[in-house]
Amino acid sequence: MITELEMGKGESELELGLGLSLGGGTAAKIGKSGGGGAWGERGRLLTAKDFPSVGSKRAADSASHAGSSPPRSSQVVGWPPIGSHRMNSLVNNQATKSAREEEEAGKKKVKDDEPKDVTKKVNGKVQVGFIKVNMDGVAIGRKVDLNAHSSYENLAQTLEDMFFRTNPGTVGLTSQFTKPLRLLDGSSEFVLTYEDKEGDWMLVGDVPWRMFINSVKRLRVMKTSEANGLGM
Amino acid sequence: MNYFPDEVIEHVFDFVVSHKDRNSISLVCKSWYKIERCSRKEVFIGNCYAINPERLIGRFPCLKSLTLKGKPHFADFNLVPHEWGGFVLPWIEALARSRVGLEELRLKRMVVTDESLELLSRSFANFKSLVLVSCEGFTTDGLASIAANCRQLRELDLQENEIDDHRGQWLNCFPDSCTTLTSLNFACLKGETNVAALERLVARSPNLKSLKLNRAVPLDALARLMSCAPQLVDLGVGSYENEPDPESFAKLMTAIEKCISLRSLSGFLEVAPLCLPAFYPICQNLISLNLSYAAEIQGNHLIKLIQLCKRLQRLWILDSIGDKGLVVVADTCKELQELRVFPSDVHGEEDNNAAVTEVGLVAISAGCPKLHSILYFCKQMTNAALIAVAKNCPNFIRFRLCILEPHKPDHITSQSLDEGFGAIVQACKGLRRLSVSGLLTDQVFLYIGMYAEQLEMLSIAFAGDTDKGMLYVLNGCKKMRKLEIRDSPFGNAALLADVGRYETMRSLWMSSCEVTLGGCKRLAQNSPRLNVEIINENENNRMEQNEEDEREKVDKLYLYRTVVGTRKDAPPYVRIL
Repeated sequence: MITELEMGKGESELELGLGLSLGGGTAAKIGKSGGGGAWGERGRLLTAKDFPSVGSKRAADSASHAGSSPPRSSQVVGWPPIGSHRMNSLVNNQATKSAREEEEAGKKKVKDDEPKDVTKKVNGKVQVGFIKVNMDGVAIGRKVDLNAHSSYENLAQTLEDMFFRTNPGTVGLTSQFTKPLRLLDGSSEFVLTYEDKEGDWMLVGDVPWRMFINSVKRLRVMKTSEANGLGM
Repeated sequence: MNYFPDEVIEHVFDFVVSHKDRNSISLVCKSWYKIERCSRKEVFIGNCYAINPERLIGRFPCLKSLTLKGKPHFADFNLVPHEWGGFVLPWIEALARSRVGLEELRLKRMVVTDESLELLSRSFANFKSLVLVSCEGFTTDGLASIAANCRQLRELDLQENEIDDHRGQWLNCFPDSCTTLTSLNFACLKGETNVAALERLVARSPNLKSLKLNRAVPLDALARLMSCAPQLVDLGVGSYENEPDPESFAKLMTAIEKCISLRSLSGFLEVAPLCLPAFYPICQNLISLNLSYAAEIQGNHLIKLIQLCKRLQRLWILDSIGDKGLVVVADTCKELQELRVFPSDVHGEEDNNAAVTEVGLVAISAGCPKLHSILYFCKQMTNAALIAVAKNCPNFIRFRLCILEPHKPDHITSQSLDEGFGAIVQACKGLRRLSVSGLLTDQVFLYIGMYAEQLEMLSIAFAGDTDKGMLYVLNGCKKMRKLEIRDSPFGNAALLADVGRYETMRSLWMSSCEVTLGGCKRLAQNSPRLNVEIINENENNRMEQNEEDEREKVDKLYLYRTVVGTRKDAPPYVRIL
């Protein structure tokens, strides 16, 4: 049944706004067995690390920073209750303000693997907010806020939670990040790709995080079989 | 039955303007119903799925102004998927077919397409006013049709919409003969603006009273625009990032000084703080000031500006103003009626000592005797503060408090905030709208049910302990129209206790609560005049309907009363029981 649903492209995409959230997802379906086919718990996302010809030390390094920070109010879907128009505006303003502060302070360039929120260190204007994410076989697209993530690890975790797992509800805000990241082990049917400013589709993970969020236009979780020859 | 001819009664009815009153008079007798419906010019529909266009037109054939609302309120916070519904096209098609003389259309949270706008622009020769709030689905091409075809256009007001900006020349599409504009607001457009076309348009619109610019209109253009339009009452400034050179600044000051009718100021989407002094000369006339998008202005600059605004009635601001700034507001703005304080740092990362706390709220309540509406985002609150606010301001109509961290208790006593909110509802006998937050037990809902007799809209998040909480509210607040609940432990017992109640309300929203599929089904079974919608974003579940488990919790429940049954335009992941 999944194969009947073509991944929507262009105007016919259905989309779900996500809100600032690292957990993603919605209230749990209790007692759900892992669904059929590709939805099983083995699903995870590949990045450049999984492709032997691409240098992947960075991904391995950032694995040591993996894991959760304590959930904050901004990690709950649709909370705080600020209209999305206003939210996007604030997010853009924050990035621009930090960029200007950095320029004025004449700081040195920041290291790529710094675990803090990197959007504050981005030079120049950043119009990043929510970007669309589509997955092969899923009719409904989602949106994810790149500014709420600090690394590929974070982002991959969010996307895994969004598309592969059902989440416990957000009541109580207990940490949802107790499962080990599947990013770096085993194999998967899916790989994470992105469209950059020039319209090219690239494999996620090749370039420094900061450069990535500057150039990413949208994301696609693609079947590995279709990903051959991408950005390598 | 009537002692006067119909024309006289109709004339009397012309003075009855409010929708509630007109609805009431139509219930008096058949004759009044008939007169009222034929003379009704303005209709307000709070839920576009409560009725359909054919029945609307059938009852009110002389309709001139229509207001429609689509998606539920929580759609503003991305809790409702984009394709859920709220399409305006069928309404416009029906109105066009029946040759209604539509002059004004106001839409909120609806899906509007370029096709709809094109049809709208071609179908109603006297069309005068289009107001779109929080809508989506259209582009600047749609705006171009409105500009080009609506010969009588007076008002085009776009507030916080998601518009695909094709960077076209939509402003150029206003014909040279168009001189009737009174209000133009395109602040939410993200792309480039043809400033020359805008200047020409403003120059030939002598009746223009309200102008709100987008980010792309720079400082020098602003000065020229204001010089062309000294009659402006309401101005939304665009952006100017760099400090202006002295000459530009002088030109701006001169232009602003001439705008003696200016009463309302907003925008400042990107602003370098040193530009603000240019506005000092008109501050004393301002009754409305919206700086809630001006993230880059520090508290002290804001304070200097506000100190001059002695006649302010409405203030929207960011929490960067700080408690100190709110004390200044309390001392200066004695006419203040509405205050909104938005968070400037949504990630909660900055250790922001300047942000507002309960201190600022209490100061405002003490200093502003006319305050009746407040929306306040803050990081901490205490019962003592809320009790003081209730005592200072028993006139609240709208009280919305959002403590950023869910479940946060009184930061001094570590208790729940039940007593604080209890004091608010007990003192404010006219309260119509309430949003609660922080650590709250069932007790707060007991208070709300007991005291909030006029309450029409209640927003609950991360609150309560058991079904009793929701039951207190449903049993107590007889005037409740809209109830929206998220992430609270209310379940089937509360939902099903009084099913008939929901027909007296516009809608109920419950997400991430404890209601199950079985409960929703039972609710829907006995309620033909309710649409019970289950929004289920997880694609997987749809495919397993054969084995569906009635004990399964429902992600999102949205139910509303309707006289036209199930809607036909719902997407696959919305299940209408």
